[in-house]
Amino acid sequence: MDLGPHAVYVWASYGAVALTLAGLVAWLVLDGRRQQRLIDELDRHGIRRRSDRGREQG
Amino acid sequence: MAMQTWTQRLANPTRFMALSARLIPWLAGAACVLIAVGLYMAFTTPPDYQQGHTAKIMYVHVPAAWLSLFGYALVAASSFGLLVFRHPLADVSAKAAALVGAVFTFLCLVTGSLWGKPMWGAFWDWDPRLTAMLVLFFLYLGLIALRSSIEDEALAANLTAILGLVGIVMLPIIRYSVYWNSIHQPPSVSRFGAPAIHASLLWPLLVMAAGMGLLFAALHLKAMRNEILRRRVKALRLQRVQSAAGLAQAAE
Repeated sequence: MDLGPHAVYVWASYGAVALTLAGLVAWLVLDGRRQQRLIDELDRHGIRRRSDRGREQG
Repeated sequence: MAMQTWTQRLANPTRFMALSARLIPWLAGAACVLIAVGLYMAFTTPPDYQQGHTAKIMYVHVPAAWLSLFGYALVAASSFGLLVFRHPLADVSAKAAALVGAVFTFLCLVTGSLWGKPMWGAFWDWDPRLTAMLVLFFLYLGLIALRSSIEDEALAANLTAILGLVGIVMLPIIRYSVYWNSIHQPPSVSRFGAPAIHASLLWPLLVMAAGMGLLFAALHLKAMRNEILRRRVKALRLQRVQSAAGLAQAAE
């Protein structure tokens, strides 16, 4: 696709947007998994929220 | 029983987690479809009569600019919700919106700079609009830095909310800065009367803006979910320390 004499600026713009948003998505997904892993680890040691304990007993 | 408003129903983090888990895949999926259609339209639309194909930068620059302003409005509204209504999720929303808003403001500045070089002959100029957007970016960074510099979470939330509300003054400044001897063009879409942009260029822009808007919403919800999980981890760790201290005391 010929985008004229300033094509490099157009591709650089789209590249910057794609890379930055992909980086943000990846970071959010990994951060979410990390937090969930920590909760699961605490849960294995019997540390869980009162509402979860109540549900188990109920 | 009195009827609850939707914000009151969402005040329960567990309910929010269940609802957001169902919503995020749909938002992300719709965002991907709209962005794919928007990109196809953007790259098949005729070149602008003055700027040629360089005007295609508009399809990512303008939605990023709109969402950077929307993100800040969301920070301010969430801050208001915390300070006035003490809504349990308001601070979580403000923190999440600051991160996502900062990223979109960064993208607006980078793509604007890459558009400015071929059109104005420079990557940067201390022009009112460009400078105001840079101040907004620093404001976002300031919110993130202020929060992380204070250990007491409740104090950090309150101080960040006050700064977030004060910073709302930047939105009208950015909106009207294009009329203050600026090299930046005035609004083409969000202005009184009909848009000053041809329909063949306007439609791809609107589709891209809708797609990026849905992506913003999905990212904001995901960041909120992560923050709720982070706070649960913190609370559970505190609970572990307290129960260990209780056991030690009983043994004595």
